[in-house]
Amino acid sequence: MQTPDFVQLSLFILALVIFTPILGRFMAKVFDGQRTLLHPILGPVESAIYRISGVDRSEDMSWKRYAVSLMWFNILGIAVVFLFLRLQGFLPLNSSSLPGVGWHSALNTAVSFVTNTNWQGYAGETTMSYLSQMLALSVQNFLSAAVGMAVAIAFARGISRASSEGIGNFWTDVIRATTYILLPLSLLFAVVLIGEGVIQSFSPYVQVTTIEGGSQTLPMGPAASQVAIKQLGTNGGGFFNANSAHPFENPTPLSNFLEILAIFLIPAALTFTFGSIVRSRKHGWIIFGSMLMMFLAVLTVSLVAEFSSNPTLAQSTVMEGKEVRFGTFGSTLFAMVTTAASCGAVNALHSSLSPLTGAMTLLNMMVGEVIFGGVGAGLYGMLLFVIMTVFLAGLMVGRTPEYLGKRIEAREMTLVILAILAPSAMILIGTGISVVSPVALSSLANTGPHGFSEVLYAFTSASANNGSAFAGLNANTTYYNLMLSIAMFVGRFAVIIPALGIAGSLARKKYTPPSPGTFKVDTVLFGVLLIGIILIVGGLTFFPALVLGPVVEHLLMLQGRSF
Amino acid sequence: MKSIFISLRLLLVMTVLTGIVYPIAVTLIGQAIFPRESSGSLIEQNGKVIGSSLIGQKFAQDKYFWSRPSANDYNPLPSGGSNLAPTSKKLSDSVRELSAKYTGGVTVPPDMLFSSASGLDPHISPESAIFQIDRILKARGWDETRRDSIAALVRKYTAPRQMGFLGEKRVNVLALNMALDGLG
Repeated sequence: MQTPDFVQLSLFILALVIFTPILGRFMAKVFDGQRTLLHPILGPVESAIYRISGVDRSEDMSWKRYAVSLMWFNILGIAVVFLFLRLQGFLPLNSSSLPGVGWHSALNTAVSFVTNTNWQGYAGETTMSYLSQMLALSVQNFLSAAVGMAVAIAFARGISRASSEGIGNFWTDVIRATTYILLPLSLLFAVVLIGEGVIQSFSPYVQVTTIEGGSQTLPMGPAASQVAIKQLGTNGGGFFNANSAHPFENPTPLSNFLEILAIFLIPAALTFTFGSIVRSRKHGWIIFGSMLMMFLAVLTVSLVAEFSSNPTLAQSTVMEGKEVRFGTFGSTLFAMVTTAASCGAVNALHSSLSPLTGAMTLLNMMVGEVIFGGVGAGLYGMLLFVIMTVFLAGLMVGRTPEYLGKRIEAREMTLVILAILAPSAMILIGTGISVVSPVALSSLANTGPHGFSEVLYAFTSASANNGSAFAGLNANTTYYNLMLSIAMFVGRFAVIIPALGIAGSLARKKYTPPSPGTFKVDTVLFGVLLIGIILIVGGLTFFPALVLGPVVEHLLMLQGRSF
Repeated sequence: MKSIFISLRLLLVMTVLTGIVYPIAVTLIGQAIFPRESSGSLIEQNGKVIGSSLIGQKFAQDKYFWSRPSANDYNPLPSGGSNLAPTSKKLSDSVRELSAKYTGGVTVPPDMLFSSASGLDPHISPESAIFQIDRILKARGWDETRRDSIAALVRKYTAPRQMGFLGEKRVNVLALNMALDGLG
């Protein structure tokens, strides 16, 4: 690492610290229905959406009604995407005459984009028409992010309200998240990206005769509009197969820096929004700080690993799967941010990263995508761990634990455990079944411990709703498309529904004023304990799997072994 | 039932707003402010498109600077890389073969030994450009006196770290080769 890399890292963290309160305060106002600077322009849009879709904005939903609305919205969303992809051959804006997408790939893609995973078994430029990219995929880039934010906000409301049945209105939360937050930010970001060279064109693919007389077909399409939201909404589904490594998606070091920042922007700011809603900004900052500390720890390990030499290849710098314009630092930072947040866009091939860097990408996802995490999903995932920490601290001193004035009891803890265990079970069971199934193993591109890591990575990425891949694995098969669809669905909704259940349960409780025995959650001590709990849970669950994959590969690499 | 109808109507409204209005707005603004960039930064020569300044091309002739190895041979349909593991035998064999291909026993810059993530990397490092000058001089039948002018060209086409601290120093291979042809 050189001085400019440290400058880049410092500016990145500084930008996060500066934008978090600005955007966080704005989001708190938006979800509370207060007027903001954008209301003169977007207020009428919001009202029109309510009118057309028949939403009663004054309705206050119970957690069950909130969850039912959310599930219908998402299941129908999956159906709509599926139909668009199946029928794209008959639909317009298909200048390359691409046929309908195969059923299991279409199903996988539909579940993937609706669950904010954006795992891609297909290559965009040879599979998706411009219409599919816009109407099916871009739309769910927005909506899946909005749903994540809605759940996080509903969770916060559940904590802040007392003796209340309602936790807010799902429709207004989704509509406000999209209209006031995601759309304006994306519009601005997309135009900046175009300035750096990201394409936004409806022209057909361009035929080129190269200087040496060869031919090359340059794909076109409305990429910038989708790239902007795929970063800001921690979606991560690339317009092109190479995702943010593609020069048309991420052309310059500046676009790279901004794309990295865009991933963390909203998840980081939501910690402040949360602090505002529960009236303890300091607690919000402690959560932010805990996330940042964990991020810096995994980043440090991966940078050391990535800047070390590889004895197997007898090279001090490995540029496989990296672009020259980003270099080792720009690639490693992106890899850590995209897996810490559940984005999953990539600007380098994770499969070719050093084994320990690969282990860190896995760890980021395995701890439940709570190191900033997905838009909304990172916050509600983190709050599950926060409640667990409060509970364990309560056990240690033998008191009924309280969290921000609410007693944490058996019901909440049952739901917390369910939400934490469900994705973990999907990862381990899915990987376990696959490594003994010939049909699953025939998809491997690499052998040895790395082959195991490929499968582990696929199920981790899907269950954690990340979407990045050790992409040597050919996942566009019936087996993986279906298995990973299940993993993505469970990984998303088996966390969301318990989270809403906890919110509903907390909202109903009476407010208990803090007593001298209450464990304070706005202290550094709490942050340290929180990090410890996350590492213990993640570590105990996944340590054996990580040892079998990346750790063994690392040790064998040091001996110069190859497979 | 009410949730189903609201869901369908909201999906429709949002499809129009985020799937049609938004990308079209971005297109109109983008094409107005950045017409060249939004259309792919295409390079024309004598009225014909010969490439994009963002997309790498394959150069196989000795008289040109070569691009990095590419898993898809610079065919953008689809883009992508090798995905080979850091302990892959195939990768270590390929590194050994490429090292042997570049003669002279000098240390080959790493970007010339490894393929990129997109398979379309338009850049090489300045070291990788300098290290190819010998071959180009020979292939073009130019004498040593022109070495300095090529080296000057490489320096001219070396982009610094953006804003002084972002990314890496790099040379756009297509632009450099076009300038090289211009030397006559």
